[in-house]
Amino acid sequence: MSLILALDTSTDACSVALNADGVITSLFEVAAKSHTQRLLPMVDELLKAKGCELTDLDAIAFGRGPGSFTGLRICAGIVQGLAFGASLPVIPVSTLEAMALGFYRANPDIHLPLAVALDARMNEVYWGLCARSGELVEPLVAEQVISPDVVVASTEVARLHGDFIGIGPGWHYPAMQTLATVNKVLNVHPHAENMALIAAKLFAEGKVVSALEAQPVYLRDSVSWQKRQRIRDSNDFLV
Amino acid sequence: MRVLGLETSCDETGVAVYDSERGLLAHVLYTQIALHAEYGGVVPELASRDHVRKLLPLINEVMEKSDTGPADIDAIAYTSGPGLVGALMVGASFGRSLAYAWKVPAIGVHHMEGHLLAPMLEANPPEFPFVALLVSGGHTQLVKVNSLGDYELLGESIDDAAGEAFDKAAKMLDLDYPGGPQVARLAERGVDGRFKFPRPMVDRPGLDFSFSGLKTATLTAVNANKQANGLPDDQTCADIANAFQAAVVDTLVIKCKRALEQTGMKTLVIAGGVSANKKLRADLDSELAKIGAKVFYARHEFCTDNGAMIAYAGCQRLLAGQHETLAINIKARWPLDSLSSL
Repeated sequence: MSLILALDTSTDACSVALNADGVITSLFEVAAKSHTQRLLPMVDELLKAKGCELTDLDAIAFGRGPGSFTGLRICAGIVQGLAFGASLPVIPVSTLEAMALGFYRANPDIHLPLAVALDARMNEVYWGLCARSGELVEPLVAEQVISPDVVVASTEVARLHGDFIGIGPGWHYPAMQTLATVNKVLNVHPHAENMALIAAKLFAEGKVVSALEAQPVYLRDSVSWQKRQRIRDSNDFLV
Repeated sequence: MRVLGLETSCDETGVAVYDSERGLLAHVLYTQIALHAEYGGVVPELASRDHVRKLLPLINEVMEKSDTGPADIDAIAYTSGPGLVGALMVGASFGRSLAYAWKVPAIGVHHMEGHLLAPMLEANPPEFPFVALLVSGGHTQLVKVNSLGDYELLGESIDDAAGEAFDKAAKMLDLDYPGGPQVARLAERGVDGRFKFPRPMVDRPGLDFSFSGLKTATLTAVNANKQANGLPDDQTCADIANAFQAAVVDTLVIKCKRALEQTGMKTLVIAGGVSANKKLRADLDSELAKIGAKVFYARHEFCTDNGAMIAYAGCQRLLAGQHETLAINIKARWPLDSLSSL
C-alpha cells in the first residue's frame, strides 16, 4: 500500500502521475523547451485534484534517464527540492523501462520482448531490451548508449532472431530501420504513469534513495565537451 | 525575514542564509575551477552536472552552520539569470520546488543585481544613490543606481570585458586557468613603466570601454621579446603583466571618475570578480579621495560568484513583496535595466 508521485521530463514530453494503491491519475503534455514552466504547476494541479499534500506521499519517483541531459536535470532538481523539503524518499526509474511498460499496457496481447531506443544524437541511441514480467517489465540487458551500427551487429539482437518489437523514436536511424523485427513503433514516449507503477514495486522492495541520491543517469559520460568561455556578455544590458 | 540563497549561474555553487534582522548568518561555496581547468574554460554540461550533485550537501552544511531549520526559512532566492542556461536551471528548479515544499515564497534574482548589492553585506555599506562599476569576466559596465532595482546603464565595453582581457593576457603569458588573478600576481613583481600600453578610449568622451586593442598591444610585446621556449624571460613577463594591469586599471579609474562627475555623485561601488583586484582598489581609493568621493567594495570572497549576494538581493525583493509563480523562469540574457524598481 503506497501513495507515490512520479515526475518525468526526460524527453519533449512532460508528465506527472499519482499512484494510490494501484489507482493511477496523471497529467501529460508535450512541452518541449517549457518543462521548467510546466512541471511544478502540473504537480500542484494533480495533488490538489486528489486532495493530497506532499507530506501525504510515501515517496517521489522520477524518470532518471537516459534522455535529454537538461530535461533529466530539471526533473532531478525539482524532485530533490520536493523530496528534501517534504522529507520523502526518492525512487529513480529507468526511462527505457517506463517506455516498455507503457507499450505493454497499451498492447495487452503482446508478449514479445521490446527493444527500446531513444535518439541520443551524435549518431547514437540510448538502448535497452525489456520483457514482460507479471504486470511490469524486466530489463534483459544493461542500458547503454551505442551507435545504430553496433545495435544491428549485437549478439543480443541476433539471439532474438527478429522475434521482437522495436519501440521509441531512436528507431528512425536508417541502420536500425533495416533490422528485421516483428514491428517498429517509433511514437512511444516515457510517461510518469509507468514510472509510478514501476516505483510502487521498488518502494515495496525498499529500493528507495535519499533526495541527494536523486541523480540523473546520463549514460553518456565522456565526450569532447564543448567549452564556452563567454558566460555573460554585455548584451545582457541591451534591451 | 530569513532567506536561503542559491547561486548556480556558472562554475560556482554558492549557498547562504541571510537574515534581515541579523545579517548574513552563513555562506558556503564550492568552486568547480579544477573541473574546468583542463579545458581552459567553463564546460557548460560539466558545470550543470556538478551543480546537481553539490547543491544539497551545501544546503545541509549552510543550514547547520547558521543553526537554521526549515521552519526558520521565510523565502528561497535563486539566481534566475543571466548565465549558463543549464546551470541556472539546476538552482532554479531545486530552489523553486523546495520553496513549494516548505510553503514559502520563491524569488528569482538577477545575478548582476546580486553583485551590485554585495557591498551591502559589509559593515559600512554604501547608501543610494551611487554609481556602480560592474567588472568581471563577462561584464564591464558603469551603472547609475538610483535606488534598489532602479538602474540606468551609463557605459559598457564595446568588445571584451575587463576580466576577459585579463584571462586572455594570462593565456599569452602561459599562466594557469583561471588566469586573471595570476596576471595580477605576476604584475606585482613587474617594473613599472618598462612597457607602456594604450589606455583605450580615454581620450574620447563617453563612458564606454574597449579592451581588444590592449590585447593586441600585449601580444605584440610578448612576441617581440620571446625566447626559444616561445615566452619572454620571467622578469619581462612580469613587466608585461604589470603594464597590462596598469592600462586596464587606469582606464577603469578614468571612466569611473568621469561617471561620478557626469552624475554629480560622490559614491562609487565596484563589484564583480575584477573588483577584487588590489591595484584597482588602491588606485580608486586614492584617486577618488582627490575629488571628495569614496569607493565601496565587497570582501574578496563576495566579489566572485557567491550565494550570500543572492540571499541578500532576494531578501530585499522579498521585503518589497516580490515572489515567483510556480512556473520556473530562466533568462540566459537579461538586461539589468529591465528590472522592476522596488
